[in-house]
Amino acid sequence: MFYRETGVFKTTYARDMELFPIPLDKIGFTVGLVLAFLIIPLFASHYLLVGIFIPFLVFSLAALGLNILTGFAGQLSLGHAGFMAVGAYATVIMYNRYDVPLPVALLGAGVITSAVGSIFGLPSLRIKGFYLAVSTLAAQLIIEWVITHVKWISGGVYSTVDIKALEFMGWKIDTAAEKYYVALVIVVIMAVFAKNLVRSRIGRAWMSIRDMDVASEIIGISQFRYKVLAFAVSSFYAGVAGGLVVAVYYGSANIEEFHLMLSFEILGMVIIGGMGSVLGSFLGAGFITLLPIFIDLSISSITHNVVDLSKVFTPDLLANAKNMIFGAFIIFFLAVEPLGLARLWHTIKDYLRLWPFPY
Amino acid sequence: MSDTVLFAVELTVSGLLVGLMYSLVALGFVLIYKASGIFNFAQGDMTFFAALGMAAFGALIPMWVGIILMVGAMVVLAVAIERIVLKPLVARPPLVLFMATIGIAFFLQGLAQGIWGTQPRGLSLGVTDHTYEIGGMFVSSLDIVGAVVAGVLVVVLVWFFQKTKTGRALRAVSDDHEAALSVGIPLRKAWGITWAIAGIVAIVAGALWGTRVGVQASLALLALKALPVLIVGGIDSIPGAIIGGLIIGAAENLAEGLIGPAVGGGIKNFFPYLLALIVLGVRPYGLFGREIIERV
Repeated sequence: MFYRETGVFKTTYARDMELFPIPLDKIGFTVGLVLAFLIIPLFASHYLLVGIFIPFLVFSLAALGLNILTGFAGQLSLGHAGFMAVGAYATVIMYNRYDVPLPVALLGAGVITSAVGSIFGLPSLRIKGFYLAVSTLAAQLIIEWVITHVKWISGGVYSTVDIKALEFMGWKIDTAAEKYYVALVIVVIMAVFAKNLVRSRIGRAWMSIRDMDVASEIIGISQFRYKVLAFAVSSFYAGVAGGLVVAVYYGSANIEEFHLMLSFEILGMVIIGGMGSVLGSFLGAGFITLLPIFIDLSISSITHNVVDLSKVFTPDLLANAKNMIFGAFIIFFLAVEPLGLARLWHTIKDYLRLWPFPY
Repeated sequence: MSDTVLFAVELTVSGLLVGLMYSLVALGFVLIYKASGIFNFAQGDMTFFAALGMAAFGALIPMWVGIILMVGAMVVLAVAIERIVLKPLVARPPLVLFMATIGIAFFLQGLAQGIWGTQPRGLSLGVTDHTYEIGGMFVSSLDIVGAVVAGVLVVVLVWFFQKTKTGRALRAVSDDHEAALSVGIPLRKAWGITWAIAGIVAIVAGALWGTRVGVQASLALLALKALPVLIVGGIDSIPGAIIGGLIIGAAENLAEGLIGPAVGGGIKNFFPYLLALIVLGVRPYGLFGREIIERV
């Protein structure tokens, strides 16, 4: 009744190419922004901000980066945690040692990571599929080794580099809400950019490579340019996400945070959220961030109300149950809903279009 | 012989022996890839699952009963994977199947540790770890046992694939699914058998590696060692897995021993990958792999 294309008349090409063609989408997006910018920081507790919203934003950005590469350009990467580590250390080094302003440091981290990512993306010109996955795995291991073994970067094996107090043009960023704002502004800008990028000529070229690379090469799309560009853009996002991990989430750079497992988790976010969907990256990141909290809550509520499960579900078992559920969800979504949670959202929208009078 | 040369020879020999054990893990990958075109990332976790199961059973009942039980468990697991994971994913892009096996890997690791606990366990095959001195070099008896077992397994597998009816059926499936179906080979049964064989290879690899380094979660990371072996040897070649394993084992040992001290050590983790990247640049389908020609 309210969510419909009927009655929306477009008289210019610019209107026709709008990001949100249906008025209710525009309203929904605005409401979402108001919620994110005003309501959440005002009412959310410190725990909610630090424990849920900030990690959600940071990992959304990382998932968005991988989604550009895997979901749009069809190139698999198992090295995104490594790319995030590059961004994290680049941010810390620039901000701590060279007093670069915070936004410039984050941007610089993105650019440096983007360069590193492009280098590791070069093999994608000759190889694809799991061969490429293996070479990006090499990226992860080589980056880990370089960071731990070059003293100039990390100060030695297993050391943690704390970032100094955050400050930008006299504004001291020290409360959780302020850090949340930093993350939010960056994520919103980069998400809108990504949404527009994948609708552009570049995005269409990526999708043609994803759907059939040989055919897209034959119609004249330069594989070299677009594959390397996909790696560059994707690792730019990963680098900024890594910088945010240091700046607003953990407050320090430690290689242990960017372990191979994180690469898989980001990939899981992309699969569960929906490959080839900007919205899906956010849904997937939200899902993975909330999953352990949800498991904890449901078990503790059963313990309080029905039977005492604390003997059965030791912390050990919980950690393993989380692994099992994560794995099961990856398989479930690949088999049942390959377009992920984002597809569910589309189904709802299709339903609403005809509501309340479906034929 | 001068000391450096002797040291290099010793590194090479012990590297070759370890390399054969990498080949064992890589063999599991090759088997599944050959029969179904799936790159099974969960092979390392299957190895871990098998090793942890054997260690847990071995503490309660005689080892050989435990091994038989685990063989049963791996067959059940293979059938379950075929039913639950592969069947709904038939005719989907290989990348999707690869990601599904990452899901299996997570699930198996959680399952194994959920059942048998997370504390590291020891596993004993009744082989004591002696160190023999041969011509001035030190060689561990466990490595020799591992190498012999790996050799026997390869001979058995090659015999199975070349001489038995089932083996020939599996090779037909790997060549062309549809053609195999049309001559009456049951595809799903063939896949079930392949995964079961890969599970049994995982048991052998798990037993040897578990005895060697103990059974703990890091055993699952063996898969990461097997990947460059596959790239170097070619992903669809059994001899490739063996020779690739030997090359990787010797090369990483030599690199760690000779270059390592100069750059701060720890290069063993990624050196095989560096080698794999070089091979990818020169021969994208590995030394023994089959080149795939694509058409639109």
